[in-house]
Parts: sequence; C-alpha cells; structure tokens
Amino acid sequence: MTGSENNTTPDRAQGSIGSAIGKVNDQIRQPLWLLAELTYSCPLQCPYCSNPMDFARIKSELTTEEWIDVFKQARAMGATQLGLSGGEPLMRPDLVELIRAARDLGFYTNVITSGAGMNADKVAEFKEAGLDHIQVSFQASSEDLNNLIAGTDAFKHKIEMAKAVKANDYPMVLCFVTHRQNIDQVDEILDLCIELEADYVELATTQYYGWAMHNRDQLMPMKEQLVRAEATAHRYQEEQQGKMKIYYVVPDYYEERPKACMNGWGNIFLTVTPNGVALPCHAARELPGMTLPNVKDMSIDEIWNGSSDFNKFRGFDWMTEPCRSCDEKEKDFGGCRCQAFMLTGDPANTDPVCSKSPHHHLVEEAIAAGKAEADKPIVEQKPLVFRNPRNSKKIVGF
Amino acid sequence: MSDRVFNDDTVLVLAQGYRFQWEPAQNCNVLLYPEGMVKLNGGAGEIVKLISEKKQTVAELIADLTKAFDGVDLADDVYQFLDEAYKNDWLRK
Repeated sequence: MTGSENNTTPDRAQGSIGSAIGKVNDQIRQPLWLLAELTYSCPLQCPYCSNPMDFARIKSELTTEEWIDVFKQARAMGATQLGLSGGEPLMRPDLVELIRAARDLGFYTNVITSGAGMNADKVAEFKEAGLDHIQVSFQASSEDLNNLIAGTDAFKHKIEMAKAVKANDYPMVLCFVTHRQNIDQVDEILDLCIELEADYVELATTQYYGWAMHNRDQLMPMKEQLVRAEATAHRYQEEQQGKMKIYYVVPDYYEERPKACMNGWGNIFLTVTPNGVALPCHAARELPGMTLPNVKDMSIDEIWNGSSDFNKFRGFDWMTEPCRSCDEKEKDFGGCRCQAFMLTGDPANTDPVCSKSPHHHLVEEAIAAGKAEADKPIVEQKPLVFRNPRNSKKIVGF
Repeated sequence: MSDRVFNDDTVLVLAQGYRFQWEPAQNCNVLLYPEGMVKLNGGAGEIVKLISEKKQTVAELIADLTKAFDGVDLADDVYQFLDEAYKNDWLRK
C-alpha cells in the first residue's frame, strides 16, 4: 500500500517468506498487481489527488464487459491483486458486478474508497459478491480539518462506513494521507483508528503527482513535523503490537535514496485508466514519448510484453549517470521516472531524491519553497487548489 | 522450546482477510492478503493448505504432514514455520 497516492503501492505486494522451510524467489516479470481506475468521477476534491490535472478531459469509461475482459486477461498473465480505484469506484453503478466477476476469476479484490456513496447495505452486497478487502481513506482525524481538506462534509459518513466495514467482518484498513496541514495530528489520527478497531493503518505522506504536485508548496511537511510524527507513529506501533498494524511511510523528499518505484518499471504493476489506457504506473501518462496503448485496441499481453511504453525503462540500459554505474541500482531502479521527469525534465535521469543526483538541489529547493510558504502570514499563503472539473479545465486550459 | 507461541494443542486459523490458493501462473501456492501476496514454497504451501482446509490443532497438523511426507519427523520445521508465519500475522491462534 505504501508509495503512491491511494497509497496502494505494489511495494507490499512483493511479500517474502523468510522461513527456514524456504522461499520461492523467481524473477518472472508478471503483472501481479492490476490497478483498475474505474472512473475519474469523485464527489471529493482532495488537493493531493494523484489523478492527472486534465482528468476532466477524459469523459469515456470502459464498459462492464470491457473491464471484465481486462480482468480475465491480466489474471491469465498471473495477476492476483486487483485494486478497484478511481476517482471514487463507488461512482460506478456496476461495481458489485465487477467485484463478483473478479472474485470468480480468483483475484484478491480490493476496493479503495473514500466511503462516499457507500452505505451499510452496499458493504453487505460487496461481501456477498466476494469482495476481499475495503480500504477507506480519510483526510484527517478532526472533522473540521477533514471537511476542509476534502472540500465536502464527508467525515461523519466515513466513520459510519468504517463501522459497517468492520460489522461485515472485513479487516479494517484505513489510510490517512498526511501533509503539512494534518501531520501534526498523527496521535489524534491513531487514536481514532484505535477507536474504530482498525486492523491496519497506513500513514502515507503525500507524494507529489497530479494535483498534489500542483499544491506542493502548500502540502510539503516541515522536517520538525516529520520527526515528531515519526516518533509518535513508532510509539503507537509499539503499544499496538499484535493488535493494529501501523505502516508509516517516510516521504521520499526527505530521504537520501529514492523509493524503488513500482518495484521497477513494467515489473509487477499494471494500471488501466478509466478510458482503457494501460500504464506502468498511474502517473506515467505525463511522460514524454508515451504511446499510451489502450486495452480496447491491444491485448494486455501485447501491451505488457510488446509495447514501447512498458519496455521503456525496464532493465538498466536506459539509465544515465550516476545510476548507470551505481551499485545500488538493483535496489531502487533509479527511483521514480515520473519524479525525474517532473523535476529535471528528463525521465531517464536519476530520481533527484537521491543525494547522488546532480539535481538533488531541486528537492532541497522544493522543501525550502514549502517552508517559505508556511512561514508567510496566513492571509498571504497560496490557497490549496481543489481537484474538481472546474479547476481541471481552468488550469490545463481546454 | 518454551518461547514458542504455539504448542501441540493450539488451534490455528488463517488471519482475517487472508486467502490461500494455488496459482497456476506462478506455479506455486500463495497466500493473499490486503494488497499483498506471499509465495509459498512446497513445504510452507502444504502447511498453509492444511490450515486453510480444516481447523485442527498443531499436533494434528503435524501428524497429517508426517503421514504425507512418509513418516519424516517434521515437528521442528513446522514449529519454526508457524512462529515465522505468526510473526508475519498470517496466522491466528
């Protein structure tokens, strides 16, 4: 779950069993993780959304049959985890049907939702259809802040939904996306999780893609905040040992080495966007030179194995220095291609999060810009830009 | 070994939300859980398969496995695996 926005990251998908009885460790490249972004519709307007800025331009969505065909193809290629995401997946009237089809195919089915549009009956319906797991994402723990950040009055509803999830015997997985404006509330957030009897909690720092990149100055946490938040998270981790599992994800801008983004490009992760474009990660649409193959025109096999998009950054030959001769390249694959592109203009560059990158100063400057913004009097601070169709059209210009 | 979390009378179940299945595309048994997957090798796969199929004590599990593996004494290996699996939250008592 860590490492990306809805914070479904494939990182955890690579489980390993370090047991004495042994471990299977093959390197076959299979799309183990299928992220189906069913729709860009969403009643929330989170300013840290990872959806593309121009989402409002994309109006068409795959049909029920087309999605089920995507599931079948990916499953045959070895996919086991299916993330049903968006936007808000509950905006799709056929969600139950999609869950049922995916579960019948043997997928472990995950719905990643804000809880908007969900009610107790719906949760029971999901259960009956075979849904394995619901992740409810929260904006923050305090109602005011939550409603402010989400731009709606959604908070009370979320609490009810979290309870319905538990009542239907699901493991409760809560995700809180943290940033400068809520990261000081980690203790309140975790208290709330305890109250809700969460089984897993993910505290994931906003990563700067899509709308979050646009709002980076307003979202960037300060170093002191992170030190405090991390200490709090660790305290709760110890207290909750055996009860509630807490994942705390350190924001990569504050790291010395980049994340092993997507566990390597085109390695285990496949995203299909609402209109059928297949991507190696949900932010990759923005990269230059992408051909954006669509599942309506090509098979998943052709896309995964044959398309230039999915082969672009596989292996190590595409790398530039310092990655190319780096002895850590097999650990982090040079970091994130999208971040390299957004910050340096060249997706083949080393992710500037890495302290070995000649562009590392760009990350330090971004942190400084966030701090400068935070230090301004409140009235002079830039407002958060909310993710909605109006802003999408206005900013991108279409 | 006294520091073990299980003993012969412990009844084991898969943790909530965990699912065991055979994956033809991976050619191995796997344990699926929220947004994750563990591939199990032969021995581990057999143990988890039995746990997923029937609710029984560790002693019964070991007896079943011993039978399946032609009388080889697997108790230590099984306990070692169970401890590991419990630490990873795959199993519950």
